[in-house]
Amino acid sequence: MKTESEINVFVNGVLHYFNTTVQQTAECGTPHLAIGRYPDVSDYTGMIKISGKRTGMVFFTAPKGMLSVMLMRMQETDMSHDNLCDLVGEIANTLSGNARRDFGHQFNISVPSVVHGRGSPVEYPEKTRPIIVPIEWRTYHARLVVCLD
Amino acid sequence: MEFVGAARNGREALELHEKLRPTLVTMDLTMPEMDGGECVAHLVKRDPSIKILVISALADKVTAIDAIEKGASGFLCKPFTDRQLNEALRKLVGG
Repeated sequence: MKTESEINVFVNGVLHYFNTTVQQTAECGTPHLAIGRYPDVSDYTGMIKISGKRTGMVFFTAPKGMLSVMLMRMQETDMSHDNLCDLVGEIANTLSGNARRDFGHQFNISVPSVVHGRGSPVEYPEKTRPIIVPIEWRTYHARLVVCLD
Repeated sequence: MEFVGAARNGREALELHEKLRPTLVTMDLTMPEMDGGECVAHLVKRDPSIKILVISALADKVTAIDAIEKGASGFLCKPFTDRQLNEALRKLVGG
């Protein structure tokens, strides 16, 4: 079971990410335990496998509109599917990688894998209790899901 | 500064370096096929004068120190602002 301080590492990471990259504040709702084995994924989902001292998965899932507006805020003009995939993978990578500041260098992260489409076949890893961090930015809703042993 | 090319992993970066011989490289660490740390070591061995700015989400000190020991000239942690990136690049090209 993760402690509140462990989840706060990720919550703070989300807030810092939005403040820095799109220079607007995002809000995180109350983290809560996921129900069932299959997450409710949005249009684009970036997933990072965690290995080493801890095992599990971290994923960030967001609607296309949100990612497109984020790219615009970053002065990007390429809103292609490939660039949206790159962004969602990059967000998952950054939020997981930043967690090493608190979890230590044995918190190993994989390269991101990305799935596209609501209802994509994503499953929570076994022996983890996934915690969902709801994220609100502008009018959009995204989620960070932290599944650690 | 002129942008001359981008690679998707360390192996591609080595191939591109052979063709383009850039003076400055920005390098991620977490990449498929060949990671950034290994690629930095290869590039510095091949061209000791090359400047490499490692840009990574891996925010722990051990990772930053390891990158510098492999030959990177600087380390910038993601996420960053345009201004932070420009400052880091200017520091490297300014010597």
